[in-house]
Amino acid sequence: MDQKEIKALKAFALRIRLAALDAIHSIGSGHVGGALSIADALAVLYGREMNVRPEDPKWPDRDKLVCSKGHAGPGVYGTLALKGYFPYEELRTLNKNGTRLPSHCDRNKTPGIDVTTGSLGQGTSQAAGLALGDRLKGRKNRVFLIVGDGEMDEGQCWEAFAFAAARKLSNLVVLIDWNKKQLDGYCDDVLPMGSFADKMTAFGFDTVQVNGNDVEAVAAALERTRQGGDKPYAIVLDTVKGAGVEEVANTLMNHSIPVNDEKYEKWTAELKAELAALEG
Amino acid sequence: MKIVYNGEMDKRLCKEVLGETIPAILESDPDTIYLDADLMSCIGTLKYGQQHRDRAIDCGIAEANMAGVAAGLAMAGFKPLIHSFGIFASRRIFDQIFLSGGYAKNDITVLGSDPGVTAAMNGGTHMPFEDVALYRVLPGSTVLEPSDPTCLVSLLKQCVDRPGIKYLRVGRKSLARVYEEGSELPIGKAPVLRDGTDVAIFAAGIMVHEAMQAAASLEQQGISAAVVDCYSIKPIDRETVIAMAKKTGAAVVAENANRHGGLYSAVLEVLAENCPVPAANVSVEDEFGEVGTQGYLQQRFGLTAAHIEAQAKAVLARK
Repeated sequence: MDQKEIKALKAFALRIRLAALDAIHSIGSGHVGGALSIADALAVLYGREMNVRPEDPKWPDRDKLVCSKGHAGPGVYGTLALKGYFPYEELRTLNKNGTRLPSHCDRNKTPGIDVTTGSLGQGTSQAAGLALGDRLKGRKNRVFLIVGDGEMDEGQCWEAFAFAAARKLSNLVVLIDWNKKQLDGYCDDVLPMGSFADKMTAFGFDTVQVNGNDVEAVAAALERTRQGGDKPYAIVLDTVKGAGVEEVANTLMNHSIPVNDEKYEKWTAELKAELAALEG
Repeated sequence: MKIVYNGEMDKRLCKEVLGETIPAILESDPDTIYLDADLMSCIGTLKYGQQHRDRAIDCGIAEANMAGVAAGLAMAGFKPLIHSFGIFASRRIFDQIFLSGGYAKNDITVLGSDPGVTAAMNGGTHMPFEDVALYRVLPGSTVLEPSDPTCLVSLLKQCVDRPGIKYLRVGRKSLARVYEEGSELPIGKAPVLRDGTDVAIFAAGIMVHEAMQAAASLEQQGISAAVVDCYSIKPIDRETVIAMAKKTGAAVVAENANRHGGLYSAVLEVLAENCPVPAANVSVEDEFGEVGTQGYLQQRFGLTAAHIEAQAKAVLARK
């Protein structure tokens, strides 16, 4: 991957953060922390790895994204808007009455959202079923599943991972957003889960752990999942909840927080400055 | 559709019927797919499953995952049928079926075996009296309980292409023979098995046979009781329920389920809005199940022809 592409992905990630904040600011508060932590992964997925057609969101052979941590919807919506699935201005309808952009991902409402999520854990099984179904239909696509670290508390995740390994779903890539925090605080204080990398390996996944807020590292990790084989893939994304906006990252309880005009201006000014510096 | 009820049991066990019908459905439509949670051998599909591992998926003892995988398969273009015992097929996976299935518009057929007292020797832990109520409140759902093996085959085949979540509850053992083999029993209809003028008995599943026995006994006592097969609990055949209530002026509902939220509730909703008549139920009262033979449990929870007969007389006294 050349420097030009790395730079473009970094810029895409910054724009995703700006778009997510734009959406959340329009309604006054929302799931900022978990939307920002996966911005770099979303940039690499939609900017490089995934084979999609924004003009034909239901194309059956597309790669699919299951954002099982459905509350990160605004991060995904920002990405989709930037990809042209729907007008950018529509981001400001987030959670408003009659919107196509609900708090949690809904495949029947938003163009480009592949799977409905929101009850944590449920995206994992749907992703496994989708990967199995696509394979049985002879499609060559892949399914990318983003799971939160707090979400891994849910037993259903582990049922789904065992199933995916048993069925040798190498067209499934699980990205675990290891941002260390869940709603009530640090994961290690709420329900310590130990090493996700060790657990996924033990469950039969081809597993790597990378800096999940480094687009180059994420891109390299995703690139090696293209090789097929007989194991599903897991990438543990070592991330910061609220990554990219210092004040959010430094706030302990940053799962769902207010974004008033003052904070919005301050945070987006930082991101815009970074973007300007990057793009010269 | 031809009614051939004569009080005898159908020679086919429902387990055998399922073991033939599910593979037949899979063979007739390449888009269908069947998932089970380690209970294939209970419904006679294990041999087929072992020979067709991409058509019959054994998910292991992980019902929640099975429901979610079914939703994923639906998104990939399949028409999934999933099976487990009724308790797991309803309350254990309700959130997955509700959200990954119903809410997300992923059409899934759910087969729940051993409903109510037919769980018998597996006991109270395995005895679903609440499954009907749970599935009835899922928007867009279909809730079915066949009265005989022919009805079971007909309903299961109709589920394949029907949108929404379809829940079919049926025991694995024998049922009375009600319909001539090959009869089609349309979802949304309620055949009048026996006409009558004094009281209408609305029944489903194993209670259809009990209702027919009760009606025969009542006839000897000069009471003319109609029997309606409500195999389609949702959608319920409003037209027939209203017509029979108007004709007889009294209703008894017989169900192998909790009195709250099941067929009794479904019939009462129609009656209250259209033609309120005195009504009574033969249901499990607000209780949990327990272990025993099906015969004992039907006595214990009041699900026999004698109970229907008594309720018919009680309701007639209120006319």
